[in-house]
Amino acid sequence: MLAARSRLPDLAAVTRVDEVGVAERVARFTSRSIKKESKVEALKMVLSMIDLTTLEGQDTPGKVRQLCQKAMHLHDRRPGLPHVAAVCVYPTLVAVAKRALGDSGIKVASVATAFPSGMAPRRVKIEETKIAVGEGADEIDMVISRGAFLAGDYAAVFDEIAAIKEAAQGAHLKVILETGELGSLDRVRRASVLAMHAGADFIKTSTGKVQPAATLPVTLVMLQAIRDYHAETGRMVGMKPAGGIANAKLAIHYLVMLKETLGNAWMTPDRFRFGASSLANDVLMQIEKQLTGRYQSADYFSRD
Amino acid sequence: MNRPARTPRVPVAKTYKLYIGGAFPRTESGRYIAHRDPAGAVIANVCRASRKDFRNAVVAARNAFGGWAGTSAYLRGQVLYRIAEMLEGRREQFAAELAKEGSSKRRAAAEVDASIDRIIHYAGWSDKYQQVFSAVNPVASPHFNFSVLEPTGVVAILAPEQPALLGFVSNVMPAIVGGNTVVVLASESRPLPAISFAEVLHASDVPPGVVNVLTGRRAELRRELASHMDVNALVVCDGDDADARRELQQEAAENVKRVIERCGTDWRAERAAGPYHIRDTQEIKTTWHPVGI
Amino acid sequence: MDRPARASALAFEGGWTYSPAPESTEHVRIDERYGLFIGGEFVRPAEGRYFPTLNPATEEPIAEVALATDPDVDRAVRAARAAFEGPWSRMKPIERGKYVYRLARLIQERSRELAVIESLDGGKPIRESRDIDIPLAAAHFFYYAGWADKLEYAFPGRRAAPLGVAGQVIPWNFPLLMLAWKIAPALACGNTVVLKPAETTPLTALKFAEAVQDAGLPPGVVNIVTGAGETGAALVNHPGVDKVAFTGSTEVGKIIQRSLAGTGKRYTLELGGKAANVVFADAAIDQAVEGIVNGIFFNQGHVCCAGSRLLVQESVAEEVIDKLKARMETLIVGDPLDKNTDIGAINSQAQLEKIRSYLEIGLAEGAEMHQSSCPVPERGWWCRPTLFTGVSQSNRIVQEEIFGPVLAIQTFRTEEEGLAKANNTPYGLSGGVWTDKGAKVFRMTRGIRAGVVWANTFNKFDPTAPFGGYKESGMGREGGLHGLDAYLDLDA
Repeated sequence: MLAARSRLPDLAAVTRVDEVGVAERVARFTSRSIKKESKVEALKMVLSMIDLTTLEGQDTPGKVRQLCQKAMHLHDRRPGLPHVAAVCVYPTLVAVAKRALGDSGIKVASVATAFPSGMAPRRVKIEETKIAVGEGADEIDMVISRGAFLAGDYAAVFDEIAAIKEAAQGAHLKVILETGELGSLDRVRRASVLAMHAGADFIKTSTGKVQPAATLPVTLVMLQAIRDYHAETGRMVGMKPAGGIANAKLAIHYLVMLKETLGNAWMTPDRFRFGASSLANDVLMQIEKQLTGRYQSADYFSRD
Repeated sequence: MNRPARTPRVPVAKTYKLYIGGAFPRTESGRYIAHRDPAGAVIANVCRASRKDFRNAVVAARNAFGGWAGTSAYLRGQVLYRIAEMLEGRREQFAAELAKEGSSKRRAAAEVDASIDRIIHYAGWSDKYQQVFSAVNPVASPHFNFSVLEPTGVVAILAPEQPALLGFVSNVMPAIVGGNTVVVLASESRPLPAISFAEVLHASDVPPGVVNVLTGRRAELRRELASHMDVNALVVCDGDDADARRELQQEAAENVKRVIERCGTDWRAERAAGPYHIRDTQEIKTTWHPVGI
Repeated sequence: MDRPARASALAFEGGWTYSPAPESTEHVRIDERYGLFIGGEFVRPAEGRYFPTLNPATEEPIAEVALATDPDVDRAVRAARAAFEGPWSRMKPIERGKYVYRLARLIQERSRELAVIESLDGGKPIRESRDIDIPLAAAHFFYYAGWADKLEYAFPGRRAAPLGVAGQVIPWNFPLLMLAWKIAPALACGNTVVLKPAETTPLTALKFAEAVQDAGLPPGVVNIVTGAGETGAALVNHPGVDKVAFTGSTEVGKIIQRSLAGTGKRYTLELGGKAANVVFADAAIDQAVEGIVNGIFFNQGHVCCAGSRLLVQESVAEEVIDKLKARMETLIVGDPLDKNTDIGAINSQAQLEKIRSYLEIGLAEGAEMHQSSCPVPERGWWCRPTLFTGVSQSNRIVQEEIFGPVLAIQTFRTEEEGLAKANNTPYGLSGGVWTDKGAKVFRMTRGIRAGVVWANTFNKFDPTAPFGGYKESGMGREGGLHGLDAYLDLDA
């Protein structure tokens, strides 16, 4: 359902963010000790929230088909595991992914809008979005125009998101802020507010092509923005940290942060995703370790 | 039946290399100096560092500066205390090395103990010199005004010829405890303790590039230390004549290097260490901020 | 007390919850019984009496410690005097410093064991004793060790000399950390000490005594006498003590000050507080909420400098209070040894009674009380995080120190009004200011009459930063260069 046309929010009124205070709050999340049943439950939840991603210049249909196979068969040796939430690819490979995933229930997410830089005329970005949706994409991951944002042209950034939302014709829209280029948590907070008011279904940290990608502090600020937006409008926006979440321990820190900031209603793939490529195998290894008591070797887990 | 003759165990001679960027490379020039003991026997081949080695060391020091200057005073104090612990564990090794180069056994042991205690002394200054030298300035306008010390940057040091270990430690520690990174040219006449000390640094959580140690000919290299445009301060200890020192000061003027002369110092004395030795390689920054609603 | 209704619209209860994550205790060694530590040895108390120390989370005894009476205190003071006049004052300062460095290292090396014992004995969460109390205690010894041979630089124009024997009495809220705040500077300056830990939390002090033995300190330099109020009074009033250091309630502080009148003894007092946390509309609101939580719920609110009064600018009061209530719902009250516990046990039954009586006073005064809805264990002494609204400066719960996880909330309109309310108290230990505007930070920190003012943060401690009160919160500073003052004679 398309969001009702809304107005550019007053970004000057958005609350300030203190980065030292944020880091301290994050430290309390990372010192939580998640063990035993709660750890296995968390690890399975992480798996169900992964958007298995390949966004390389060298991607081919073969590579994408293999990735989809992995998405559907993470580790058949261990029954009872959930499948990932989605596979994320470039628009030209959406059809391949769609065919490969069949009726598995795994979504196809496509990047669009001149990912990762966003440096293309608006009409090109709209066209690309329509193509991706036409090829069968269930979800669109767009990038905001960071240049326009940093130059202070918030109206242009806002209008562009609204235009892409319309072009997505009901496919669910994730808006990538590229927090690594925004430079401060104040700007991350403002960009989050802007994106949600413009119609984002999810706000996402990064393209994964720029360092730093997702971090706990940046994610906390975005989750707090989502909480305030929900209190103001009643609408639930999802969140996706992407890039740099290489291991299960870190992923669990994110879940702790999510649980204690937004609560149970957001602890589902409909409201939270991990954008990652190598995370899944580390999670699988940790699950095996919890269930068998043995530390694992990468040799026993498929790498597609 | 033949029995193998009893031969004494063959000792393994140690190779002394340079210490740059947390690694022990040989000099890129391939040159060496045959270092002899007072009786004239060769005890080691020591690297004769070139200007390129010095250049590489400055690059390493500059790269390490941001990180080291950004560490907390507490952390720097912990690192220096660890250096002292490591040196304490090797007292016999260092005393033997100093004795090999010509010290009496008694003086060598005393020098090692004094070096350990000096490192501890400076470890304890890490989180205190700021309190002694900073100021909140009562300006006449409604501003909060404060002055703090900040490290100057990369410090090049011409170590004293003697005492080789204590003199080295007494100049390196005050520079790095204040957040600077250093490139040291060791004593030319007694270079071994400096390189062995680099091994101690290497084992003490000192980040790569914070301390870089070169050995070689003082007359050949001293001009490089004085003329390099990316070195912020030059410490000159005993080992050059007056003419040479004047030339170094002239060279240093090209980038307004801070020149700190520590000649004629008795490094064994207590007054040879203290917070002013730290202050020598610090800048002072004054900040203003309005006070009002 | 019945569990109250939840305040927030977000659902925190149920769903994915954390499994128990108990800290291991099998490596921890606690003796069944401890003697007094006098003259480098553990000795029997003169009257042969012992008393138990309890685990406030279970109400069970952990160990027995000796009850020091007058002859024991006398013996300890004499041992300290002999050590002062003997090896300790004759030692080169750097050698003295090295002994103090040894103590710092030993605390670091035994940190996990000390953290577990601190939580068992006092009730604070293991996460806090492990991450805050013990590391800071070690850091205090490291910091002051370094001053031992540098005193000539600390006081321009003055030669510093030690005072002699220090008699030190500490509270139960940060047992090992308070010991570090007292003993580290005293030793570094060349004094010897007799220290009395609080009666409900003696164990980490006794483990510290073991470290003193292992560090090889000359006998008598550090003495630990355990006991209650009478032991403390005997120590403070002993004629052989040159300097008294006390941290505890303002009430007892005044008693001590009276009893020291005319004795010529030097003394420092670190007493109670009722700090105001002032939150402006232009603050980084989410971080301010966290700062409020940290200010009053850290260590169960058993903190002299706790931010127990919230002064929130009226235009953002509703938002701040809503966020505060939601945040309180994610605080976990429970077993101090569980690594996920945020709020541990109240230190003693007596303290719990005192807190409860204040809750009743608040209700009787017409204030509105709100508590988080978390479950609490059956045995042990617990208090849920609590806040009161509908109060003003005239309420007793706003004026008096409760020393528990209880926050009193008022609103204000202008900066001047906030400042006036913050200062309207006989206490003056600490304060907090939350605003994103730099000039206002400095205006407020200049105006608040307290010894420690936190801007955009709270409850931050460092061995280099002086701590102490204005007015009835005490006199003298601990920490930093200024903390040396208390243990030196500068007029020699």
